[in-house]
Amino acid sequence: MSVVDRVMGLGLRAINRVAGAPLLDRLHLRRPAEQALYHGARIGFRSAAAAARGFKATQKLVQPARPARAGGDGLFDLTPSDEQQMLQDAARRFAADELRPAAAAADTACAAEAALLAGAAELGLGVMNIPEALGGAGNERSAVTNVLVAEALAHGDMGLALACLAPSAVSNALVLWGDESQQAQYLPAFVAEHAPVAALAIHEPQVLFDPFALRTTATRVDGGYVLSGVKSLVPRARAAELFVVAAQLEGQPALFIVESSNAGLGIEAEPAMGLRAAETARLHLTNVKLPASARLGADDTAYRDCIALSRIAWSALAVGTAQAALDYLIPYVNERIAFGEPISHRQAVAFAIADISIELEGLRLTTWRAASRAERGATFVREAALARRLAADKGARIGSEAVQLLGGHGFVKEHPVERWYRDLRAAGFVEGVVLV
Amino acid sequence: MIHLETPKKFRGLVDQAQQVAREIFRPNSRRYDRAEHEYPKELDMLGALLDGMNASGVGGAGAAGVRRDSTQDDGNRNGTNLSTALGTMELCWGDVGFLLSMPRQGLGNAAIASVASEEQLARFAGRWAAMAITEPHCGSDSAAIRTTAKLDGDHYVLNGDKIFVTAGDRAELVVVWATLDRNVGRAAIKSFVVEKGTPGFDLVRLEHKLGIRASDTAQFALRDCRVPKENLLGEPTINVEKGFAGVMQTFDNTRPLVAAMAVGLARACIEETQRLLGAAGIAVDYDRPAAVQPAAAAELLKLEADYEAAWLLTLQAAWMADNRKPNSLQASQAKAKAGRACVDIALKCVELCGSLGYGESELLEKWARDAKILDIFEGTQQIQLLIIARRLLGKTSAELK
Repeated sequence: MSVVDRVMGLGLRAINRVAGAPLLDRLHLRRPAEQALYHGARIGFRSAAAAARGFKATQKLVQPARPARAGGDGLFDLTPSDEQQMLQDAARRFAADELRPAAAAADTACAAEAALLAGAAELGLGVMNIPEALGGAGNERSAVTNVLVAEALAHGDMGLALACLAPSAVSNALVLWGDESQQAQYLPAFVAEHAPVAALAIHEPQVLFDPFALRTTATRVDGGYVLSGVKSLVPRARAAELFVVAAQLEGQPALFIVESSNAGLGIEAEPAMGLRAAETARLHLTNVKLPASARLGADDTAYRDCIALSRIAWSALAVGTAQAALDYLIPYVNERIAFGEPISHRQAVAFAIADISIELEGLRLTTWRAASRAERGATFVREAALARRLAADKGARIGSEAVQLLGGHGFVKEHPVERWYRDLRAAGFVEGVVLV
Repeated sequence: MIHLETPKKFRGLVDQAQQVAREIFRPNSRRYDRAEHEYPKELDMLGALLDGMNASGVGGAGAAGVRRDSTQDDGNRNGTNLSTALGTMELCWGDVGFLLSMPRQGLGNAAIASVASEEQLARFAGRWAAMAITEPHCGSDSAAIRTTAKLDGDHYVLNGDKIFVTAGDRAELVVVWATLDRNVGRAAIKSFVVEKGTPGFDLVRLEHKLGIRASDTAQFALRDCRVPKENLLGEPTINVEKGFAGVMQTFDNTRPLVAAMAVGLARACIEETQRLLGAAGIAVDYDRPAAVQPAAAAELLKLEADYEAAWLLTLQAAWMADNRKPNSLQASQAKAKAGRACVDIALKCVELCGSLGYGESELLEKWARDAKILDIFEGTQQIQLLIIARRLLGKTSAELK
């Protein structure tokens, strides 16, 4: 079955189910007083990690299953394939019908509705990148498809997009760098009903954070490793059953598979400026003992690639949210009257719109190029760094301009632009969390 | 299938253009920057080479590459708009002034390629054509031109003054914009191919400029200049509905080329700065966050990111032209981004390299002077922003002035 058939089938089911739920369930607004209490109780307290299912190998692999490199005829081309277009359309519909309407409430609640996340899972986000040999639907590597989907979801809402995409960062990491036993042990769960919540934890709570000089340490001990340190901005950490954690091992950064049932894990809520729907948290690791088999991707390039692929994913999220801002601004500045005519008749306003469109398009193309190089097996670290630079500079600028053009109305929560302002700031610097 | 690399089939052409830029343009750059108005004879040889490249069907660096092919299938197409943009980038990595002085590759040639009939195309083939739009009292507001054209028998009689004509002295033909009726406005503006030596068509003077000094910039006077009526490009009738479309169509094709010039120059600046900073032990580390790198490296990364965006926007606009997709918006986005990015990049590179960048011992200071014109001609930054904003907001030029 092609990925499209599979995903379309799943997607339709998901839409039926989510749409069938009563409106109250979908938007579920709790009373503000309850909210305040709830947060007050969570912040500052550490809770135990979620109980993990027993991840058991349900099949044996002789060698790891990896997606094939993308091919092509070597021509310059900006046209998504038919399959990509269909996935993009499905993701756009989901973003418009489900994510955008739920975004404000999820931002306030610092949590995404379970039904919504289930809908995303059924959209096929989880199985897209997992090879058929492991029950998934993706036989060819497609970082570009992942970029297009991330863009489309972030057009709905970046925080919710992050919540939806976070588990697939872990499954994607296992597909790309897991050995045969790691794949056999963990990946079947991701294609099953009730796929696990999972998170890729790279970032740390310190200034001048450098993913190549981590403070979280891994020490080699008899029969395995011991990890200690703190990870920052980990999405849905409380519910996560599985983490991929970056730690410095003998002077070099490395990735480790950590199950939530490991002793020594603690979760501390870390609500931030934005991305609140993703329920970000700190993950504390205190002498967490791991077996030797927990090391993921021992070759030199895995970690570098992981960091670069995550930066591309963040850039794609920035593209989606910046596009949402532009799409929101155009009717607004055309309808808003000042001094007897639409404010869009003034160059100061119109040129700001033109600038947003230019920088957004530049960011989009730069992101696409980095992803397209990655899926073909070409070098892409430089291109990912350039996309990240633009996401940081232009993304934040677009968020700021969007609020500015609405004036005071941009500053209040009646409009979504203040949320985009907060979310866009993250996309230019956070490491890890998402992968393409 | 999304793939944003130089297509394999154009790699040979890009290499050729790069060799020309490195071996012929760069070594002569400083000389003709100092000797303004002296004709770079080295370019004659190159003109022949380019003619050969264009005749081979690959296209590459020629202004004729902007003609939109009407015969094509539905599939993805990488054609002469793209190859011309790529060739232009390489040559302008060498020297923008020389590119503008390449025989038979003027903007007038691009205009002819864009809008001429097959008969005119054949008649003007192999001739070097400059473009004359700007007048002493009007630049961006090209609808306000005062040069008039009156039909008199088999000829149009042209009267007016034209300034800022790139390669005007050296070209054999000049495409002159003139109005058939000043009361009608845009729709009456037509372009006419005027042969050098036509009585009443006189070179007034050559400009002394900030940069691109290897390229001559001429002023002309037209006094009862009689031009054969078959030299009018496009439709001779005044069509108010269609308005300006005929003459303006050229810009959708030439703006990506000017953007390509800016991209080539920007790359030259970045590579030279990387070389000079590299010798001082500073290199960008693409793995590590910018905040943990030396300030000069972080700055370079920023410049490179803007360069990348400009490069891709330019290729996008050219690719759309090849695939017959309407690209006015993208052409202006490319021109606006590349124009401003190349100035910012060039000026920042001079600063990063200090007196080495500022002095005449290196070419950086020259590139920083050359850069500025690229954010001005073929539509200033501000004009591009107007075009983009009007399209996005659905505004007319009367609403959004």
